[in-house]
Amino acid sequence: MNLTLKVWRQNGPDDRGRMVTYRVEDVSPDMSFLEMLDVLNERLILDGDDPIAFDHDCREGICGMCGMVINGVAHGEQRATTTCQLHMRHFADGATITIEPWRAAPFPVVKDLVVDRGAFDRIIQAGGFISVPAGSAPDAHSIPVKKEDADDAFDAATCIGCGACVAACPNGSASLFTAAKITHLGLLPQGQPERDARAVAMIEQMDAEGFGGCTNTGECTAVCPKGISLDTISRMNRDYLKAVK
Amino acid sequence: MTSTIERGAATAAVPRRAPVKKAPTPKAPGGRRRGPAGLLGTTNGRKAVMAVSGAVLVLFLIGHMVGNLKIFLGAGAFNDYAAWLRTVGEPALPGRTLLTVTEVLLVAAVLLHMWSAVALARRASAARPVRYAARPRRRAGGYVARTMRYGGVIILLFVVWHLLDLTFGAVNPKGAAATPYDRMVAGFDPSRWWVTAFYVLAVAMVGLHLRHGLWSAFQTLGLVRGRARRTLSAVAAASAAVLVLGFVAVPVAVMIGVVK
Ligand code: HEM
Ligand code: FES
Repeated sequence: MNLTLKVWRQNGPDDRGRMVTYRVEDVSPDMSFLEMLDVLNERLILDGDDPIAFDHDCREGICGMCGMVINGVAHGEQRATTTCQLHMRHFADGATITIEPWRAAPFPVVKDLVVDRGAFDRIIQAGGFISVPAGSAPDAHSIPVKKEDADDAFDAATCIGCGACVAACPNGSASLFTAAKITHLGLLPQGQPERDARAVAMIEQMDAEGFGGCTNTGECTAVCPKGISLDTISRMNRDYLKAVK
Repeated sequence: MTSTIERGAATAAVPRRAPVKKAPTPKAPGGRRRGPAGLLGTTNGRKAVMAVSGAVLVLFLIGHMVGNLKIFLGAGAFNDYAAWLRTVGEPALPGRTLLTVTEVLLVAAVLLHMWSAVALARRASAARPVRYAARPRRRAGGYVARTMRYGGVIILLFVVWHLLDLTFGAVNPKGAAATPYDRMVAGFDPSRWWVTAFYVLAVAMVGLHLRHGLWSAFQTLGLVRGRARRTLSAVAAASAAVLVLGFVAVPVAVMIGVVK
């Protein structure tokens, strides 16, 4: 396959940045999106150019490091798929592909397609934990958890914190991420003692970072590689309103 | 995304309202006021205000629509109903009690609703200072959700005109002295087709607003999940359609001469 890429290039946080067009030839349809960028980067390096910086780690869809807005969709058109798991067979030969970083004030661009997602870490630090003596894992049945609660908590816990929800939200809201964490801990017995404080602290941190508010557009869940449901946001809202009432 | 937990951090007390102080990041966007925010200080709290004030407005709309439809019972019934609204509860209550209470509630609801709409809209635009070069492709298909802000402004402009027309009679051909029925018939006279057109546009915007707003409010208040949310979304669409038909019926009936 031969492709035309329009890629956001930005030398550093203070550079203004611009879209740069590249031609990539002989791309195998079996390559992943990131492998296709690797091929381009190898050529750029050989040509003495600066390779395109992008985040990645596991390339298995589980770490949450990768992520770019491909043709206006976070992680690309393929549903429930991270960028590293997206394959070139989903693109037409000769296609032009636009690649941009997540766009949100709380996610400043570090370089090219790499953004600083430290804001998510600080939301977690504000309340995304439980305060229990850690030690080794308890026996599986020592604390009973209802099947439905376990299922919902587990679904919420699949959030990999990639930030696609923020990138896709027209309001630049981090509600789906924050709600996934609040739901995951709030549904389990271990999460109960801090449930109120957690909702308040995490939401206030989310605001302090400069994320927008949720207007229930559903764009976040539509691009979420883990399919985190809007139900989590409903639970977050309920926990929050109960805590501040 | 990774997070490291220091030894002892897990057992430290969690402050209830004051989140962990954050090291100031360079290039931090504005508005990073720290400290307890309280309900009205957070996006989620403001959104709850929007949901509750919106619900007050919806309840009013239902009553208003039913009242309007009385015009099909004739001039007498309609004018009597209008008079009843002013005298209900007398002599135990002073005149216009019901109307005054409603007016105060509505003004408060509209102000709160707009305050949170403006606050959230401003936050949203600050949160995305750089737009995408590729036109963002919407995946959720929620077109109506994107009409809320400008639709709200159209509704507001309409409400101003509407009050001047049919409540104060300032821009009504018959003026404030005429009976409500006469004002209604004169206001939507075929020669004033543009009034009717504006009215229909505004009611359509209300319909879109409620198509999203009705279920969104429940979600905002954390009252629905799973299947119930999807059912509610369908109920919202149906209720919005009923309200639009109910409100459009009256001016259209006047226009085509069914009510005269
Ligand atoms: C007939 C009058 C109105 C009614 C019945 C009404 C009702 C509602 C309801 C029920 C909601 C849902 C709240 C939520 O999502 O939690 C809402 C949201 C909203 N309203 Fe209104 N509203 C009215 C007028 C207005 C006006 C005049 C404005 C603008 C100045 C406005 C702007 C908004 C905005 C921006 C939202 C948030 C949209 C979103 O959550 O996606 N509304 N409204
Ligand atoms: S690189 Fe780990 S999820 Fe994509």
